[in-house]
Amino acid sequence: MSVVRVEGVRKSYGALEVLKGVSMQVERGEVVAIIGRSGSGKSTLLRCLNGLEPIQAGRIEVAGHTLDSSGKGLRDLRKDVGIVFQSYNLFPHLKVGENIMLAPRVVLGCSRAEARARAEQTLAQVGLAEKIEAWPDNLSGGQAQRVAIARSLAMQPKVMLFDEVTSALDPELTGEVLATLEGLAQAGMTMLLVTHEMAFARRVAHRTVFMHQGLLHEEGPSEALFSAPRTAELRQFLSGGLK
Amino acid sequence: MIREFGTSELWFVVSSARWTLALTLIALGLGGVLGFVIALARVSRLAPLRWLAAGWIGLVQGVPVLMLLFLSYYGLSLAGLDLPPLVAAGISLSFYASGFLGEIWRGCIQSVPWQQWEASAALALSRAQQYRYVVLPQAVRIAVPPTVGFIVQLVKNTSIVSIIGVVELARAGHLVNNATFQPMRVFCVVALVYFCICWPISLAARWLERRMHVGRAG
Repeated sequence: MSVVRVEGVRKSYGALEVLKGVSMQVERGEVVAIIGRSGSGKSTLLRCLNGLEPIQAGRIEVAGHTLDSSGKGLRDLRKDVGIVFQSYNLFPHLKVGENIMLAPRVVLGCSRAEARARAEQTLAQVGLAEKIEAWPDNLSGGQAQRVAIARSLAMQPKVMLFDEVTSALDPELTGEVLATLEGLAQAGMTMLLVTHEMAFARRVAHRTVFMHQGLLHEEGPSEALFSAPRTAELRQFLSGGLK
Repeated sequence: MIREFGTSELWFVVSSARWTLALTLIALGLGGVLGFVIALARVSRLAPLRWLAAGWIGLVQGVPVLMLLFLSYYGLSLAGLDLPPLVAAGISLSFYASGFLGEIWRGCIQSVPWQQWEASAALALSRAQQYRYVVLPQAVRIAVPPTVGFIVQLVKNTSIVSIIGVVELARAGHLVNNATFQPMRVFCVVALVYFCICWPISLAARWLERRMHVGRAG
């Protein structure tokens, strides 16, 4: 059964049409990488999936919630769909543990003990159990990003979205975040990743989608897509050393 | 007959500082509450609320406090509402404070990075929860220095209400000087009392600022 169902989604910023009728489906437990040039619409697509960007046409259904413009439905959807951003966006006035506990407490109504247990569990999952009392400002970029992942996981989402989560990190720190993502994938999480890490996409993603000029240009099982690209645009993207 | 500037005159000046303090607290309390509402309205998603708040801020900031004072004292009494000077003074200073604090706090709310809104929205927080748990706590830190700066201005600006006969610090000094004709002594005392009120406020602000940054590098 599809957890994510996208049908004919169109999105414009003023006169600029960024998504020109995108359709795709993601099955439960599937890991899908979205690749493409800057400006191809891949981040926009991801952000539309949890309503951070309103769409002009089409239909989005994630984890049983259909996206409409009313605030209520949107919040229900977001309880089930986590997103992690390139720039971490931890709350600087809260310690690591409190960053993670906030949404379970105020959105899901968890008790303090329950929220704390979730924080401990998700921090352990990203390998940062000892940082629960640390301040975000005292973390490295890689650590901050893993805390951001833990913060999303604490909501126990059905789908996780990752928007270029390693793009702001130097290579050394990229590795630790990718390892965390790989662990999540192996644990069976349904994941969509917008990424520039081709080797990672090829190895970890079950399926890879290549976006080009606001459309899904080519998609397929990752290994096949990377080893034998069918379209000229993807071949050029993969070979040209173009990001 | 010219009086000496003796202990009782000194006490009269110093003790009248209680009205300066009282007016400051009233303006800060009422003006603060109103200013907070205005700041929230100014960044509301509803355009009419934003315009209303912007209009209020523009009006209060564009008009001298003295005019607010005359309007609430003489203006309202013409309209049949005879306010005691102290009440008129409290109201006009509160309006004055609401306009400035509203604008200061709007800036503080808006200087919280938009990514904080986005991250908290993605975690399914409602708009009210975003304010309560994410945006306002960060805005408060930013707000301390400019707010304290304004409070110090407010303390000194309460002197303007002496015009409608409220005997606060400045007016008391004026009265005592008329009786003793020792302007240097009298107004040095007045200035010293203002200083003794304002300086600790600035010190407290610096302490508060340091305290709120404990454990934070930024």
